[in-house]
Amino acid sequence: MNHLVIAPIVLPALVAPFIIMVLRYHMDLQRIFSVASTLLILAITIALGVQAADGTVQVYELGDWPAPFGIVLVLDRLSAMMIVLTSVLALAVVLYAIGTGWDERGANFHALFQFQIMGIIGAFLTGDAFNLFVFFEVLLIASYGLMIHAGGAKRFQAGVQYVVYNLLGSTLFLFALGTLYAVTGTLNMADLAVRVAEMPAEETALLRVGAVMLLLVFAIKAAVLPLHFWLPASYSNAPLPVAALFAIMTKVGAYAILRVYTLIFGPDVEVTAGLAGDWLLPAAMITLAVGAIGVLGSREIGRMVAFAAITSMGTLLIAIALFTPASAGAALYYIVHSTLATALMFLIADQVMERQGGRIAARPVMQQSGLLSVLFFVAAIAMAGMPPLSGFVGKLLVMDAARDHDLVWWIWAVILIGSLVTIIGLARAGTLIFWKSHGLQDTADQAVVVDDSEDLLDGTSQAHAAQAAPSALPLVVCFGLIGAIVLLTVFAGPLTRYADATADQLFTPTAYIETVLGGGQK
Amino acid sequence: MEILVASAVGVLTAAGIYLILRRRSFPVILGLSLLSYAVNVFLFATGRLMSGAPPILNKYEEVAYTDPLPQALVLTAIVISFGMTAVVVMIALGAFLSSRDDSINLSEDGTAAGDDA
Repeated sequence: MNHLVIAPIVLPALVAPFIIMVLRYHMDLQRIFSVASTLLILAITIALGVQAADGTVQVYELGDWPAPFGIVLVLDRLSAMMIVLTSVLALAVVLYAIGTGWDERGANFHALFQFQIMGIIGAFLTGDAFNLFVFFEVLLIASYGLMIHAGGAKRFQAGVQYVVYNLLGSTLFLFALGTLYAVTGTLNMADLAVRVAEMPAEETALLRVGAVMLLLVFAIKAAVLPLHFWLPASYSNAPLPVAALFAIMTKVGAYAILRVYTLIFGPDVEVTAGLAGDWLLPAAMITLAVGAIGVLGSREIGRMVAFAAITSMGTLLIAIALFTPASAGAALYYIVHSTLATALMFLIADQVMERQGGRIAARPVMQQSGLLSVLFFVAAIAMAGMPPLSGFVGKLLVMDAARDHDLVWWIWAVILIGSLVTIIGLARAGTLIFWKSHGLQDTADQAVVVDDSEDLLDGTSQAHAAQAAPSALPLVVCFGLIGAIVLLTVFAGPLTRYADATADQLFTPTAYIETVLGGGQK
Repeated sequence: MEILVASAVGVLTAAGIYLILRRRSFPVILGLSLLSYAVNVFLFATGRLMSGAPPILNKYEEVAYTDPLPQALVLTAIVISFGMTAVVVMIALGAFLSSRDDSINLSEDGTAAGDDA
């Protein structure tokens, strides 16, 4: 067994309690350990990504118990890609949080952050359905802490909603798992795939109930309409760097849908064929439409970015819901793009909010307005899917994959009109925030701005708002993310080949199943 | 026994969902606890109901045994839901103490946040 597979879960699980127990009062040391751990996780995940790139499936049996009895971690192309993406995003967010001082505004930011990474990476690596639930809980409980980081009445209220909604989701997850276990007698994903395929059609009523409940759970995580209500309020009230990290959490839902409905309830399984796709596709289209309208209608920048995130989830889920190898390849390319673009957008929104408050309105020119407007412009191009950046490539791939589908005109219309509306919404916000401010009399509105920024920060961090020269690190991180998006565009060829190979691996799960149930490569 | 367990799960779930739809945070948290009890009993029943049987196979003679896996699942679920309930109580308390309001809804017509606060 290759012990490197479990390293990205064990490392943050050790660093986080170490930070809490030993480094509690040493912010500098906390930062050093947190960044070092994140860098190390990045190195490990890249090494794992290289190992998985040739298409081999690696199995890690915990406690050396063979597969259907013990819990396994499985590393294939899909999980390798997702964990690399997670660690790249985590590095950007942790550097940004340090650069802006967000991590000092409440207790235990770095410890919670490490637990969060552990949960996300674990959810991507596990090959056991119940273990997936456990890692969901790990990432959720860390996210509850991060969500209310730095406090404030509004944030606490939004936090309660977020927690209650997710606890409901967790309960539903347990009901679904119980149903599946009652029918099949196993919870190992590979073993589930074998048993579901063998099941006679007339005994599958309960199985289908379980499959639909599972889809609902993942749809809650992925913020599919009508289960998206938690997202705008929680993301716009969370600290925005944390919201940037949450960009990967909706993708955990998308990943779980892709994994479960290709491996266990794959397109070849007759009893559940089309079950996910038929429901998911219209829901995804409405998600996109509502997200675009939300972008247009938001009066506040955090909320606008949250709706932009919903838009990109809509596009992504359209691609996933088609359930063909081509569409899954497109979805995988788009997942990387949309995670980075959403995170970038949240980070820029945070800098705007720190300088002039969250409302989308003309204010006197803020510090570094020129640099920020360039960042916003590029990020908006990426987010809306305009050429030349990777959002355009991603949307093109998704639309191309939908070409042979019955609803192709609907899909194309929704994606294109949705993009147009998103562009208008983002352009409106950018114009108001960055351009119109130059026409204002500076003195007239000065008093208003001061009032607003005090309200905004809930009195927790006025010292930070008053700091004269902002650190350069946040801007470096933003430009780094833009660099990543540009790389994603330049190397779109090799990346789509990797994504297509991943999709092929997903739609021919025999290698996965045989490796897991055959005991892996000892 | 089947009727008893099934109706217990049903009643607990119904009561839980009713309470979760309330507007104040205390009934909502109670509802969440009731739902987690319901799911624990449900998980327990997924290994088929059996009383008085050991959860181990006997390789010397044919005796009835009960499935040990759901019991392990229930234990995990109990621990997790206990921890989660503690977290939600603390967060709800924080929300109540900071805003003097235990409503689940965001104040100000739900439009949320930022500089209108």
